Amino acid sequence: MISLAGRDILHGWVRFLMTGFGLGLLIGVTLSMAGIYRGMVDDANVLIDNSGADLWVVQQGTLGPYAEPSSLYEDTYRSIIGIAGVARAANVTYLTMQVRHGGGDVRAMVVGVVPGGPGEPGQPGFLVAGRHLTGGHYEVVADVKAGCALGDTVIIRRNRFRVVGLTRRMVSSGGDPMLFIPLKEAQEAQFLKDNDMLLQQRRRTAQNPGFNRPNVPGLLDAIIASQTTSVYVNAVLVQLKPGYAPETVAKDIQRWQRLQVYTRSQMRTILVDKLIATSAKQIGMFLVILSIVSAAIVAFIIYTMTMAKIREIAVLKLIGTRNRVIASMILQQAIGLGAIGFVVGKIAATLWSPFFPRYVLLEPGDAIRGFIIVMVISVLASILAITAALKVDPAEAIGG
Amino acid sequence: MSGNGIVIEGLQKRYGSGDTLVDALKGVDMQVAPAEVVGLVGPSGSGKSTLLKCLGAVIEPSAGRMRLGEEMIYDNGWKIRDLRALRRDKIGFVFQAPYLIPFLDVVDNVALLPMLAGERNGVARKRAMELLEALDVGHRAKAMPAQLSGGEQQRVAIARALVNHPPVILADEPTAPLDSQRALAVIAILNDMARQYETAIIIVTHDEKIIPTFRRIYHIRDGRTHEEAGEGKSPHELIKTDKA
Repeated sequence: MISLAGRDILHGWVRFLMTGFGLGLLIGVTLSMAGIYRGMVDDANVLIDNSGADLWVVQQGTLGPYAEPSSLYEDTYRSIIGIAGVARAANVTYLTMQVRHGGGDVRAMVVGVVPGGPGEPGQPGFLVAGRHLTGGHYEVVADVKAGCALGDTVIIRRNRFRVVGLTRRMVSSGGDPMLFIPLKEAQEAQFLKDNDMLLQQRRRTAQNPGFNRPNVPGLLDAIIASQTTSVYVNAVLVQLKPGYAPETVAKDIQRWQRLQVYTRSQMRTILVDKLIATSAKQIGMFLVILSIVSAAIVAFIIYTMTMAKIREIAVLKLIGTRNRVIASMILQQAIGLGAIGFVVGKIAATLWSPFFPRYVLLEPGDAIRGFIIVMVISVLASILAITAALKVDPAEAIGG
Repeated sequence: MSGNGIVIEGLQKRYGSGDTLVDALKGVDMQVAPAEVVGLVGPSGSGKSTLLKCLGAVIEPSAGRMRLGEEMIYDNGWKIRDLRALRRDKIGFVFQAPYLIPFLDVVDNVALLPMLAGERNGVARKRAMELLEALDVGHRAKAMPAQLSGGEQQRVAIARALVNHPPVILADEPTAPLDSQRALAVIAILNDMARQYETAIIIVTHDEKIIPTFRRIYHIRDGRTHEEAGEGKSPHELIKTDKA
């Protein structure tokens, strides 16, 4: 038996292909949406993995440096190092801000790290060009997504930083590229006030009789000095010695230092389940809507194609064609349309994903699931047309 | 009547009920012998199409009997369970317009019926080609229907009706869209095919130029048929006269 669906498709292949192409673009958007969600999750995982930390020590009652503001004294890490199981501990600051580069603004997460080599907590794990921060001031290691090149100048607040190294896939949970600068400059950028503010603060402090006591010399100077010195960091990143369970060490730090400590799995939960939960729901809604729209389009196209063949279907029924042959013809066309749409959509999503501002991760598993969903949608969408075709009266071919 | 052919006795068809009851057929009697071509004529609304649909097992009559060859197919109810198979294997249809399947080439339009009956593609195409050759359209076997002239399309439609060697062919105004030369040519073909394949052919028509070719004509009026003798002129002769 010849394939009626195949012959019909071949007969009007240009129209069929163009329809499949249009549907494919819609499927491409759907796959990209799924890819954006995967990218967000992957960004969160990369953020955790690249931090090089086993534990995140943050201010009590906060969700940590990525989800909520947290302030710790910068010397807290010294007491953490002394706890059993801690191999290394390093201060770190995180601040998402606008930095200037090449005459424009770039939204970036500025990370203050203790200068050192790779493997130190907070340091970028690998570079694609240049070198790590070694101790020099006003140097920056930037993610390539920031658009920087080695030797470029980046202006953060009032200070100019020279790009000495480049990383890749170092982005915040919001998709902003990371800029690593020495901790001291990051603290200034985050906590220090501008000159006018400092002047006003000194004047106010001097006018306060409690701080400016005539019989206590040096008190005012000490207070002003404390006000202009930043002694805070956002978190302490901790690496553990081999053989120590993160939960046990985290419990010890919480118990003795009265701080909040998160393990990797807890931080992953915070980033994935809390920080990007709303975005994930948003994308989920889009996926549902796009799936419904795709189904509606396939159903409409197949229904229209079937209605255009009503006379032929009546003739086929009159000459003895079984319902299952007619239903199979329509079903095969719907599946064919879905398959063309999926192939076009997959190619389109792959081609345009690098141009998205956020990382789009197209996983093979998602593609397989997407293909199955497209096939199911195509089958469901053909039901309307099949129902209409089966209702066609063979007497229509005779007329009268 | 024995052998192939069709016998209809007291066929009735009612539509609606109560005040809306319409008797479309009030007791039709017809018989067409194998290899015979008869005309069925009548004014609009006389019941021609209803009769054709009943004969074609497309709608169910209300009462009466229909015998197709040796087989009683209707006796105040269908005697055949699979009407699709009946239409596919025992009845050929030729319509006013050819209604060829536009996405199949000529040979597959004809071969489709044997394929639907379970015949292998190669065998079905061979049978189709033999018929197309006989109808002088073999050279257009690979053409699509849209590439054929009206006459060629109608010949392909006739080939499709004949390909399963049905005992009966029902032709609904098969010459309506054709000029007199082509119309007579189509009737000549149907006559030739009726003789060659022992097929009974009923042609519903209004076409004045082909009516003289029938030996017997059934007039249908107010749901009843009346038989009368036709002139029985040879379509081939009429073609020559028409040309002259």
